[in-house]
Amino acid sequence: MLVFINSTNPSILLFLISVLGIFLNQKNILVMLMSLEMMFLSVSFNLIFASIYLDDVTGQIFSLLILTVAAAESSIGLAILVIYYRIRNVITVELMHLMKG
Amino acid sequence: MYLLILWLPLLGSIFAGFLGRFLGHKGSSIISVICVFLSMFLSFVAFYEVGLMGLNQYITLSPWIEVGILKISWSFLFDSLTVTMLVVITVISSLVHLYSLEYMQNDPHLPRFMSFLEIFTFFMLILVTADNLVQMFVGWEGVGLASYLLINFWFTRLAANQSAIKALVVNRIGDFGLSLGILTVFYIFQSVDYLTIFSLSPLFSVYYLNFGGIYIPGLTLVGIFLFIGAVGKSAQLGLHTWLPDAMEGPTPVSALIHAATMVTAGVFLLIRFSPLIEFSCTVLNVLVIFGSLTAFFAGMSGVFQNDLKRVIAYSTCSQLGYMVFACGISCYNVSMFHLANHAFFKALLFLSAGSVIHALANEQDMRRMGSLVKFLPLTYSLMLVGSFALAGFPFLTGFYSKDFILELAQVALNNNLQSMQGAFACWLGNLSVFFTAFYSFRLIYLTFINSTNATRQSILKSHEPSLLMLTPLVILGFGSIFIGYLGKDLFIGLGTDFWKSSIVILPLNSYFIEAEWISINLKWLPFLLSALGIVLATIINTSKTHLYLYNTFYRSLCFLVSKKWYWDILYNRFFVYPILNFGYLVSFKNLDRGFIELMGPYGFSKLIPTWSQLLSKLQTGQLSHYLFFVVLGICLFLMIIFNQTPLLVFYSVLLFFI
Repeated sequence: MLVFINSTNPSILLFLISVLGIFLNQKNILVMLMSLEMMFLSVSFNLIFASIYLDDVTGQIFSLLILTVAAAESSIGLAILVIYYRIRNVITVELMHLMKG
Repeated sequence: MYLLILWLPLLGSIFAGFLGRFLGHKGSSIISVICVFLSMFLSFVAFYEVGLMGLNQYITLSPWIEVGILKISWSFLFDSLTVTMLVVITVISSLVHLYSLEYMQNDPHLPRFMSFLEIFTFFMLILVTADNLVQMFVGWEGVGLASYLLINFWFTRLAANQSAIKALVVNRIGDFGLSLGILTVFYIFQSVDYLTIFSLSPLFSVYYLNFGGIYIPGLTLVGIFLFIGAVGKSAQLGLHTWLPDAMEGPTPVSALIHAATMVTAGVFLLIRFSPLIEFSCTVLNVLVIFGSLTAFFAGMSGVFQNDLKRVIAYSTCSQLGYMVFACGISCYNVSMFHLANHAFFKALLFLSAGSVIHALANEQDMRRMGSLVKFLPLTYSLMLVGSFALAGFPFLTGFYSKDFILELAQVALNNNLQSMQGAFACWLGNLSVFFTAFYSFRLIYLTFINSTNATRQSILKSHEPSLLMLTPLVILGFGSIFIGYLGKDLFIGLGTDFWKSSIVILPLNSYFIEAEWISINLKWLPFLLSALGIVLATIINTSKTHLYLYNTFYRSLCFLVSKKWYWDILYNRFFVYPILNFGYLVSFKNLDRGFIELMGPYGFSKLIPTWSQLLSKLQTGQLSHYLFFVVLGICLFLMIIFNQTPLLVFYSVLLFFI
């Protein structure tokens, strides 16, 4: 048990740091995307740790899948970002308020 | 035959009302007059059969309401009391019908008028012949309605509308008391039939209603409620304000309402319920106090009125006070006798006043009359007879009943049993005799004898009315002279068995014998007081006393009394306007259109857009804010899943206040 907590703690810490990174960041969308990647990373870490701890391969398979999904997603996200930049010439998060209620 | 007495006026009313436009003035007049006269003759027969021969009649038509133990049927009871009332009502009503044929001949709505008069008579007959309280209530309300219609007959006049509404609403206060009385009677006796109630009432004389730990004697409660009803209908002090205002109707209406029928309904109710209120000393005392106060107050107010009809209206109010306190000292038969006599001379006075008004082209102010004795000698003599009868001049009608009431009051004062209320009745009653004589003769002087103040044209045009109007007057004049003498032995003679069981007087409360043996000075007292009143009226009107009367105290007193002691103004200021304001400001503006609307449709229609705007403002367009909500939502979701309800409540409250 102790081993599990010791091994999962850094990954949960990583997850929280990335959440705070998204939260506290008001300006840079790249940082947000990076934080998002970090989240994926922490989740994968967790899965891997769990699969090792439980001696089950499913977690690793999942983490591989997450890896591919994260790669695809970041590529799409960056593509959207590029298109957005092409139109608006600015990528500051604060100024993205076209979807006001 | 007994039912025909009732149905004939209804028939006449229906014919004159619904077919008036086909029958025309003449046709509807003939039909209604014939109906009511037939009814009068039949009620004479009924009086002979029931009153003189002693054959009480009970007629049951059909069941009306039967729910559980409550059984009410349309049924009629003809006993001595009823037939006396029947004769009074139908005689006065027939004469008024005959009189109004000419008085209203130029009115375009004569058929309607006749119809209303007939329906009034019909409801009054229903009232007096009913044998249970609910059916009596039908007549009671019907009479109120008919009085509304009649006072409001000239419906284009604002004053007539106002006084009709006033009459109806003020009467309704009394009706509320009466309906409470009916409910209480049903609660106590489990029945509303007169015969059941009256035969059971001695058993219930010690019955107490437990009202939240307070024990109220049942019969007293019923008696008080009935008395409230009588206060409204009979215009006793407190709810008397409608009566003088009801003079806005045509004069025959005033004669019918104030002489014979409507105002006597309250007194009739008290007399009818004598087996019940006789067992409650409290109610009797209340009757004495209110009755004598009414007699005194109305007598005093009548002195300073300048409207011909209003003087007579106050005199009616005063005489009704006499009747009520006669009931209070347990002399129901004397009260009934006074009622019958009063009907004759008050109808005479009203109809003569109508004749004067008719002669002077609708001038009602006594200050603009005078010296009509030369132009209306017959009306003058009839009015003199009426005034003498009203003042209780010996050997006229009023003498036999009114002086006997006063003698009985003297007995109540001079015995050693119940001094307090008896003294009250005796003093106030005797004082109002003086006022009665004074205002009657003030009226005679101002109208007929003093030099005239009327315009030359109206004096020249004034004339005696034709035979159609004079016949009822003459008949009533004879009635005012002879009815008292003829009826005395029958109604209030010593040991008369006319009333049989229709009136109950406990032997403890009966003072008939004593009244015959009070000292001679006390017997002279009412006559002397009324003679004093007549003499005073003569002195004031023939000499130049008014020169000495211009001091401020006298003038302010005159002003006070002439404004009816400011009853109307006080009522308006302390009851009517506050209630109206309450109705408008609190019930209507604050509750109906305010609070309830706010909690209901109006409030929601305001609240939901506000909330929706608030919610849509949450969507700021900032990604980080959206993220915040997403994370917050996940936290809440987790809280729900892990069942952290107190935390959830805390956060939702926090969120609400944010």
